[in-house]
Amino acid sequence: MSEPIRFHFDVDGENFSSAGEASVQVKRMLRQIGIPPEVIRRVSVAMYEGEINMVIHANGGDADVVVEPGKVTIILKDTGPGIADIDLAMQEGYSTAPENVRSLGFGAGMGLPNMKRYTDDMQIESTVGVGTTVTMTVLF
Amino acid sequence: MKISKIVELLGAEVVCGEDRLEEEVHNACGCDMMSDVLAYVKDQAVLLTGLCNLQVVRTAVMMDMKCIVFVRNKKPTDDIIELARESDIVVLTSPKRMYTACGALYVNGLQGGSIAHQ
Repeated sequence: MSEPIRFHFDVDGENFSSAGEASVQVKRMLRQIGIPPEVIRRVSVAMYEGEINMVIHANGGDADVVVEPGKVTIILKDTGPGIADIDLAMQEGYSTAPENVRSLGFGAGMGLPNMKRYTDDMQIESTVGVGTTVTMTVLF
Repeated sequence: MKISKIVELLGAEVVCGEDRLEEEVHNACGCDMMSDVLAYVKDQAVLLTGLCNLQVVRTAVMMDMKCIVFVRNKKPTDDIIELARESDIVVLTSPKRMYTACGALYVNGLQGGSIAHQ
């Protein structure tokens, strides 16, 4: 594998029930190209949480996954409201998700901490009123 | 424990995955908050939950789980069943409540397993 393999998905923000479709597809594709199972789990969980965030907070966005030797990069880009205080957003249990999201099994303030936990590096660039880009890297 | 034993202990109905009931599972967790499943599950193969939506199946897929048990007689919709089928996940529904269902499996030897990230 010399050339990077790239996957792109449009994350639909209209419908919560479709949130996670891209992550399920990425998981299948990574399996097909023979990435180690533990790496696949880390990538897909981190991307899944990110995808859920994009649907809950930002009306969807773009998800890109780049696979290179020894490294998977996930880039999630939205044009949502942005994150005013990233340190606060990173705290476990802090959530601005609407109450109805909790009844769907999310919105407990675990998303960003989970994404950080499952990846080797996570960078958040966010401007209030403009949008957020999260770049996560998993090394193997 | 074989999945068929879970069916028996929980008085469960098999919704999909009838051909995989003889597979062995070693650990389970009971949880309605999918983010907590994603955060703390390590190698649990069975997810008992009272939440009944597509995200339950996707969470189980992410964590490489083999079997979902919907407690309190929650009936999954066709799209949930279809995704579980595509993902090779056995789906059961049980009339038991969460506490009772987890207890029945635990006392019969199905362990809670280890917690990730600790």
